[in-house]
Amino acid sequence: MSDNKKVSVVNNNDSQFDLKLPQDEFAFIQKDEKIYDQKFQTKKIGFLQDALIRFSKNRGSVIAAVILLILILYSLIVPAVSRFGVGDYDQYYTNCAPKVSENASGFWDGTKSDSVKSEMYYYYNGFGAVKELKGTSTYYSEDTGRDVTMYNIVRDTYKVGFKFDTVKKDVVDELMAYDKTVDDSLKILGPMVEYSYIDSLTIDVFSKSTLKSFLARDANYYYQVDRYHNPIKDLQGNTIPIYITDDEGNLSYYTQFTDAEGALTNTYQIRLNYDNYYVYKNGHRPYNILGSDSTGYDIFTRLAYGGRLSLLLGVVVASINIILGIIYGAIEGYYGGATDLIMERISDILSCVPSIVVVSLFNLHLATKVGPVPSLLFAFVATGWIGTASTVRMQFYRYKNQEYILAARTLGAKDRRLIFHHILPNAIGPVVTSSVLMIPSVIFSESMLSYLNIINLSSRDTTSIGTMLSEGQATFTTYPNNILWPCLFISLLMICFNVFGNGLRDAFNPSLRGSEE
Amino acid sequence: MAKYIFKRIGLMLVTFFIVTLMCFVLIKLLPDPIVCTPTSAGGNCDAMYAWYNAMGYNKPIMEQFWIYLQHICVGDFGIGTKMYPMQSVGEIMSQKLPATISVNLWTMIIGIPLGLILGTFSALKKNKWEDSVISVLVMLVISVPSYVYCFIIMYFFCFKWNWFPITINNGTNFFTPQMVASMMPAIICMVLGTIAGLTRYSRAELTEVLTSEYMLLARAKGLTRAQATVRHAFRNAMVPIFPMILGEIIGLLSGSLIVENFFGIPGVGALYITSINVKDYNFFMFLNMFYIAIGLVSGLIIDLSYGFIDPRIRMGAK
Repeated sequence: MSDNKKVSVVNNNDSQFDLKLPQDEFAFIQKDEKIYDQKFQTKKIGFLQDALIRFSKNRGSVIAAVILLILILYSLIVPAVSRFGVGDYDQYYTNCAPKVSENASGFWDGTKSDSVKSEMYYYYNGFGAVKELKGTSTYYSEDTGRDVTMYNIVRDTYKVGFKFDTVKKDVVDELMAYDKTVDDSLKILGPMVEYSYIDSLTIDVFSKSTLKSFLARDANYYYQVDRYHNPIKDLQGNTIPIYITDDEGNLSYYTQFTDAEGALTNTYQIRLNYDNYYVYKNGHRPYNILGSDSTGYDIFTRLAYGGRLSLLLGVVVASINIILGIIYGAIEGYYGGATDLIMERISDILSCVPSIVVVSLFNLHLATKVGPVPSLLFAFVATGWIGTASTVRMQFYRYKNQEYILAARTLGAKDRRLIFHHILPNAIGPVVTSSVLMIPSVIFSESMLSYLNIINLSSRDTTSIGTMLSEGQATFTTYPNNILWPCLFISLLMICFNVFGNGLRDAFNPSLRGSEE
Repeated sequence: MAKYIFKRIGLMLVTFFIVTLMCFVLIKLLPDPIVCTPTSAGGNCDAMYAWYNAMGYNKPIMEQFWIYLQHICVGDFGIGTKMYPMQSVGEIMSQKLPATISVNLWTMIIGIPLGLILGTFSALKKNKWEDSVISVLVMLVISVPSYVYCFIIMYFFCFKWNWFPITINNGTNFFTPQMVASMMPAIICMVLGTIAGLTRYSRAELTEVLTSEYMLLARAKGLTRAQATVRHAFRNAMVPIFPMILGEIIGLLSGSLIVENFFGIPGVGALYITSINVKDYNFFMFLNMFYIAIGLVSGLIIDLSYGFIDPRIRMGAK
């Protein structure tokens, strides 16, 4: 018969003979019988789905994931839409309090409670920065032997008053023309002041010159003050202005500079109301959502740039480390023997170098050549992959001698196929979840190193949270706002990453199933 | 056992040698111009030039390393070039160590018992509200970067409430009570991390031990819960905890970069940062070696202590 299959059978005597099995003698024995097994009533749940279900049961992790998502979106979106660039700053609106919008009132309206001495109270009051006087308190100062009155005020930090500026004639004309079109409260140019009254004060010559140079630096003193900067009052108790007036009593709004020969030049000094000038320039009153720092940078924008850098670095470093670690660990674990021994020694030695040493060395060598961010990236990668490699190596040792690998090899699978198709998928779970936990540690190292000024990541294009912290540190007791937001951001980021990563790790660990309930 | 210890020490020395060589070569590849002005070197430029020449300034790097090794063997780690010019690196280091040791010692004296107590407490109250509160706090302290609580402690304890002075006292005796009081904010910053780490670790170990069968047996044969916990559970839980504490005790030499920098403690960590910032490579090299050595020695001692503390663990057994 032609359709008979020939089957070679080896019998015990090692002699081969052909066995003839005719096809039509085979028959299905169960084909029409009814199977009484019951179908599964439950739905099939895959590994990923199961992990997702168990992850979503962990409420803390879900909350952390949501906050994390908000933080990530914030640092990705804000640099694109913000009014400020990372290098934009206003030299006068420094150390401002948070103000959410132009006309905010009540909560986050750019005001700050302050307790100031009387001269500062009059100073702030002079240009309308005092929103509210809550009361005064008096204490006895041992240093001066006098009672000191402190004024508890609510101060608008977005009022900086008058500033001296040196401009050309056309600017003066432009501003004077603008001032004619607006009402008094929005006028930019203020009357010029002179300090000749100081000569008539009964103080010594040195104090006079000190006072004069002090006043000449600050355009907000338009009234007579004594050597302690307290206002001198007339009989009615009002301050005495020191405006320059001509013979007819007109105020002068600029003074013209003279050159060396005494001829008039095209350069003018004006006393401009900076708050109004800002409105004139920008069309709206100043506001920084989270306030501004001591240079005048917008904290809200800078924080997003810093967060973006941190996240980017964390994600890139973690993914490179995983790839390197997987390749290295797979080769170590799969081949074993001498390969393993040599490679393990190399990673042993590398892991003995403290990370701070690696970072400083890389920074010293590469920062000027490839820039500080790539050099930091190299430094993190240089020793960062070792942990992943050892995890992968352990997993390979566990799986490589199992029967299904033997079967695949018997069927002719090559090393590469065995590594990447048969062993790695089993080993990848713990690696991926541990990589989520690698991101916060990279972010922490980055912010710590830039905080300690070991690396300098701040440039025209970007900044980092550590840099913001180290800049704010000098004045943080007076202006805690400058470091509050970076601290809050990085703490939230770290907490959420850790909680989220731990939740993910537990969810992807099937052996924990059922142990939570 | 002795053979194993010798093998480990030999391996450690080889590693130390290789890593030191790597650091040395990398540092020597950096430009290191001799900066010598009459003020910077104490007016003694000739001596500095002579020192550079003696160290083989213009010779090949390997030859310089050989010279460096010879100097190290007699305890000469070079001189300061940019900071502490012409002063011995080893001498400056011995001046800086007491501050670091003092801060870390107090951290450990306060932190280790508190960490163990909290860990034990939350293991005994497992899954009750006390445990949850402690776990959340521990998670917060571990996650939040240490400079953040440096800021918080400085702002509230030193500035707002005036509990502690803002700067630490001058002086070189770091073990007097006044000095320790002025270093208290720094100690608190460091102790938080120690307590949190130890609490988490000891809780994990103790919960595992408490659910073992022999604990049930101990209770069954009539021991009270306290007796069983102290005599059986605690001792067994200490097997992995003790080496960790040992490692921290060795780590007390290395100090904390952030805390020392923040509170202006004149210790090793602050010295390291300054050496990087001013590019004083003699200090940098020495401190690198110092950190590498501490890491290696503590790793070795942790591994060996397992064998000593728990007779069930045989070292180097095949």
